[in-house]
Amino acid sequence: MKQYNSHKIYNISLIFIIIMLTYVVKLFCIQVLDSQYKMSAESNVFRRVVDYPARGLVFDRNDKLLVYNESSYDLVAVPNKVPPFDTVDLCNILGISVEAFKAEFQKAVKYAPYKESVIHKQITKQRYSYLQEKMYKFIGFDVQERTARRYEYNGAAHVLGYVREADQKFIEANPYYKPGDYIGVAGIEKSYEEVLRGKKGQKIYVVDVRNRIQGSYMDGKNDTAAVVGKNITSTLDIDLQMYGEELMRNKIGSIVAIEPETGEILALVSSPGYDPNLLVGSDLAINYPKLLRENFTPMFNRAIMACYPPGSTFKPINALVGLQEGIITPSSAFPCNGGFSIGSHVVKCHHAGSLDLVPAIQHSCNAYFCYEFTKIIGDKKYRRADSAYSNWRRRVQSFGLGVKLGSDLSQENKGIIYTKDYYNKFYGEGHWSAFTIISLSIGQGELSFTPLQICNACATIANRGYYVIPHIVKHIEGQDTIAHRLTEHQNTGIDPRHFEPVIQGMRAVCEYGTGRSAQVPGIAVCGKTGTAQNPHGKDHSIFEAFAPMENPKIAVAVYVENGGYGATYAAPIAGLMIEKYLKGEVSRKDVEKRMLDADLIGPLLQNMKQDSVKAAAKKL
Amino acid sequence: MKHRGGNIFLSIDWVTVLIYTVLVILGWINIYSAVYDESHSSILSMSQRYGKQLVWIGIAYAIITIVMAFQARAYSIFAYIVYGLFIIALVLVLIIGTKTNGARSWFVITDSIKFQPAEFAKFATALAIAKIMSSFDFDISRLTFPCIKNMLKIAAVILLPAGLILLQPDMGSVLVYASMIFVMYREGLPGYFLGLIVLVIAVFISTLLYPLTVVITGLLILAELGYFLYRQRIVETAISTGVLVVLFGIMWVTNHFVLHDKFPLDRILLASALVWSALCLGFAYVKKNWAVAVTIFILMGSLIMMFSVDYIFHNIMTQHQQTLINVFLGVEIDPQGTGYNVEQSKIAIGSGGLTGKGFLEGTQTKFNFVPEQATDFIFCTVGEEWGFVGTTIIIALFLTLIIRIMWLAEQQRSAFSRIYGYCVASILFLHLAINVGMTIGMVPVIGIPLPFFSYGGSSLWSFTILLFIFIRLDASRDEQL
Repeated sequence: MKQYNSHKIYNISLIFIIIMLTYVVKLFCIQVLDSQYKMSAESNVFRRVVDYPARGLVFDRNDKLLVYNESSYDLVAVPNKVPPFDTVDLCNILGISVEAFKAEFQKAVKYAPYKESVIHKQITKQRYSYLQEKMYKFIGFDVQERTARRYEYNGAAHVLGYVREADQKFIEANPYYKPGDYIGVAGIEKSYEEVLRGKKGQKIYVVDVRNRIQGSYMDGKNDTAAVVGKNITSTLDIDLQMYGEELMRNKIGSIVAIEPETGEILALVSSPGYDPNLLVGSDLAINYPKLLRENFTPMFNRAIMACYPPGSTFKPINALVGLQEGIITPSSAFPCNGGFSIGSHVVKCHHAGSLDLVPAIQHSCNAYFCYEFTKIIGDKKYRRADSAYSNWRRRVQSFGLGVKLGSDLSQENKGIIYTKDYYNKFYGEGHWSAFTIISLSIGQGELSFTPLQICNACATIANRGYYVIPHIVKHIEGQDTIAHRLTEHQNTGIDPRHFEPVIQGMRAVCEYGTGRSAQVPGIAVCGKTGTAQNPHGKDHSIFEAFAPMENPKIAVAVYVENGGYGATYAAPIAGLMIEKYLKGEVSRKDVEKRMLDADLIGPLLQNMKQDSVKAAAKKL
Repeated sequence: MKHRGGNIFLSIDWVTVLIYTVLVILGWINIYSAVYDESHSSILSMSQRYGKQLVWIGIAYAIITIVMAFQARAYSIFAYIVYGLFIIALVLVLIIGTKTNGARSWFVITDSIKFQPAEFAKFATALAIAKIMSSFDFDISRLTFPCIKNMLKIAAVILLPAGLILLQPDMGSVLVYASMIFVMYREGLPGYFLGLIVLVIAVFISTLLYPLTVVITGLLILAELGYFLYRQRIVETAISTGVLVVLFGIMWVTNHFVLHDKFPLDRILLASALVWSALCLGFAYVKKNWAVAVTIFILMGSLIMMFSVDYIFHNIMTQHQQTLINVFLGVEIDPQGTGYNVEQSKIAIGSGGLTGKGFLEGTQTKFNFVPEQATDFIFCTVGEEWGFVGTTIIIALFLTLIIRIMWLAEQQRSAFSRIYGYCVASILFLHLAINVGMTIGMVPVIGIPLPFFSYGGSSLWSFTILLFIFIRLDASRDEQL
């Protein structure tokens, strides 16, 4: 027993007692001596009025207004301050049923009878002016000015996104938001929510028993001013965007256009799309479920979320990897006798003869790239196929393929390019070689990328070796620069000189090869067609292109689902997009008309209808 | 001495049990009043918090029965195991716990069945500390290698749960572990050690929280008080205080009337403190009174530390870093501006007057004028409805309970029981001091419950377990555990 310490109980007790005595003295001061608190308590009925800031506007790269705000009004009430009133009259003004009104009012009573609750939201200007005249009849009610989001164009919905009321779960996780606040849930509205929303302010008023404002509390010392949301300039060219959406009318697929030098997204079309004004204010509740049910998922942003095999658009990448690794030189030639055979299997080719690099790209020679790929994977430097594969994969990923690009659009898909472990597991270590995975050489098999990734890879070729992470915002009001990661160069590590023969090949594609339909008079377009095999139906038509050949200003990737060969739809559409952007006007009206009139959705709907009729007949 | 036979009922300390029961009942009455709403009048309504709290109280008594049913020895034997279990729970809550109000502190089984491991970790840590400190030859009274090793051992036992809780983050619950310094002091830590640690922490935190004038005044009072407690020379203390006040008076008057407030108040205060210190040092030299010299040196050290902390915080740190430190100190950043919540809390307590407005008559602690009025700010209801009389009685009850526990702890034959008793008293005191202090604006707003009073099952049960393990140990006070 440590009895020698037992006197310390007195010291500890003394400390405790002294601290508590100071508390009692303080309590005596504020409870008995100071009368200020009693007076405060009596006048202590505050009314807090939230000052909602206007949300920032969005402009396109040419300062055309895309998104703005419109005034709207919310009817609010403090339930226990509301005496009996003419409900029918009020409901007539608001244009709602008495039952619906009573239900909302009951909800407010249940939430907090002494607090202000919103009873009816987003009252239009006309109804508001009627209401204003009769407001004196409705004691305990008040009108709060809010804003509703409006979209100037009926397109670009996937890029701009939309706003909706924050739900309970979100509010719990983010205390800034209160019930009734709006948040961006997609596109720019979501990615730049904190920039656009501004900062709410609050004014505290002292009110009397009848809730009449007597003045601001403590001379407004605790009031905070609302900070208006910042305006954003998007990288989008709205004319190009709308033109792209028009071209994709009645087709499924997407178009991505990027300015290669800066990574700025000029257009991002996902078809079918929807009119962003459908998801505004109280219409959202009606239209959102409708859009979800509609055919071909218009809410799904194919440009950044859909993955397709790249097909032949991948061949320039393989060529570049081969050149950098020293596997081929521009003059290396491989024999092609109408295909490349592995045992009894033949990867077919549509021409014959021995080709070197430029014509191989021009003719999209499967055999050439199969030979090249076997040499890449069989490279002696790496001893084993799987390490050679890993190196190849690293090179491909340096083009932003199969990795999340990290743009400022949310929900970007990563795409597919498996690690060596996948094949080691599937075939067994050492039991696979270039021949096992030969489809990868021509962009088929276990490869899958988004249109954004392919467009970015094309921009990388246009830049001769680097890309800038594609992004949608060019300028934020009051800020000198956008995020650093969206402006720095991402280098592929492939020597710029290797790009020249590949670009010559891509130029030849548009001059004499499979992409002739993308040719624009007076502009040197470089491109590559692709056809993505589709196990569910007709192949997808793909085209990647950039122009002009020197100092490229635009890179485009076009995907038309079930469009067949890349040359059929994707190439002409890419050509039109380039012409529109570089010349401002499209001269080839015949091509334009053919593309606008093409209807790929009609036959699909027909098929679906027939299928459902058949299914119904079967049931009977 | 009472007869202490086999019957546990005869050996229970009924005074402690009685104070506990009174506190729980008073707590419930105040929760009832804080949540009271004319449209729900049934006491047993489970939709209201007072209905639920009644159930929590019932369960608390069931828990008491279980706690009392164990052998006293069991708590000593299983101390480490219990501690280990709650450390695991604290790790788990970081992984699978539910995030509410920005902290991941709750296991949520259903909406109404929730469990906050940080609350229970307090008694588990108390058991572990009692176990480790009660081992034979455990000494922390000197600055020798084995003593320092022992101090580090205790520090580890305390810092493990504290660190895990900090990750949630729940600053309030972390702070409670600081109370263990009292236990260490009782078990041998030298007084000057305790004093210096407390002084350094106090100077650091109060410089960040309060104006320099307040901190300097506080340090001067501490110097006088410290010297008085050490030497118990009332005349010397009184004279030096008088000199200080006169010095300050002269300087203030000169500054105000002659120099027209050229210098700010903290400069005047500092100047008078420095002149006064010089006089004291002269006195110490003449009289060979080294206690005065040491006191003055400590005072100087504190002032230097205060100015450096103040300078670093305001002149070197960025706005962002300052905010981080404020959040870390548990100062809630008030969205409405400076101290709005504390102002409301003080208005509620202050409006109570001497005898209060009466049961259910409070207006400020209803309608959400005061935040968290049934949990962390329940003391506001006491203040408003029962007045100064009510608040003083509650504080007196708590203080009686705490001192009674320490007194009982001194009667224990086994060191384990004694140390555990001090842990209980210290934890209860820290809760009391922070919770009440925050409602009257003397401590920053830190979310921490008032023991036995605040609404909530986890907190009520954990304090009940904490206290009744000690009552159980005390019932076997003559046993060597």
